[in-house]
Amino acid sequence: MLSRLHSQPLPTVAVLAAVLVPASVAMIFFYAPVDQDGLNQKIFYFHVPIALTAYICFGWGGWKALLVLWKRNERADLESYVAIHQGVIFGALTLVTGSIWARFRWGHWWEWSEDQLVLFLVLFLFYAAYFMLRFSVEPGPRRTNLSAVYALCGVALIPVSVLAIRLSQRFIHPVAFDKGGPNMAASQFVTFLVSWAALLSLAATLYHVELAGKRLDVRLRELREVLS
Amino acid sequence: MSTEAKYVAAAYLVVFLVVLVYVAIMATKLVRLERELAELAELARRRQEEEPKQEAVAVG
Repeated sequence: MLSRLHSQPLPTVAVLAAVLVPASVAMIFFYAPVDQDGLNQKIFYFHVPIALTAYICFGWGGWKALLVLWKRNERADLESYVAIHQGVIFGALTLVTGSIWARFRWGHWWEWSEDQLVLFLVLFLFYAAYFMLRFSVEPGPRRTNLSAVYALCGVALIPVSVLAIRLSQRFIHPVAFDKGGPNMAASQFVTFLVSWAALLSLAATLYHVELAGKRLDVRLRELREVLS
Repeated sequence: MSTEAKYVAAAYLVVFLVVLVYVAIMATKLVRLERELAELAELARRRQEEEPKQEAVAVG
């Protein structure tokens, strides 16, 4: 299974996503109990895994950027770009699903005094600006190096954003995990883990599909240059 | 449907729609790549036809 995942990742993660996504939705609505937060708490099972997946995508993009600078791995540049693209999509989904949750619970879409929200927005905007930088430079080693350095700088914001709840003074944002472990029932925690696995496999599927498309595009461009 | 249920449905719908739009964009790109590949295959085939055929020469 692991060797197959390494050699042919796309079919494996796509099958995993096809199984886990419907399973997680079924568990959220038919297995996990409704707690004191009411039905609105069901958003948590997708909102938090989406946010964690966004962090992982940004981290993966940073790791690939490090490989570009350290090992001079040319292929890693495209991988870093695609990972950050995925991170921005999942980041946007985090902000939207969080805002929908907040609108019902807090009565407004956004809370500027909440450190965790603002720091996540900063992280999202930082990586959104990555594309402006990347596409303002001509393709070549300069663009590869600048993109890699920028992607790597953003990694420093990830732990700050994750630990923002510790820095926060107001604690309006619910705390699902603290030093004592998860603040939820076992069935809720299992549902959360299945949802996270579903979102991770979905992100991995989209990552490999996009990467395959981008690589094919590069190969076709090279072929066109040879033939013309 | 209660207001709370509407918000939950909206959150899930947003996730579903974003993934759907993403897949649609990927599908459009795939169609473009397929078209470009067909063009390049046609170009390569024409090149091959235009090249003068080399006659076989006995060696030795």
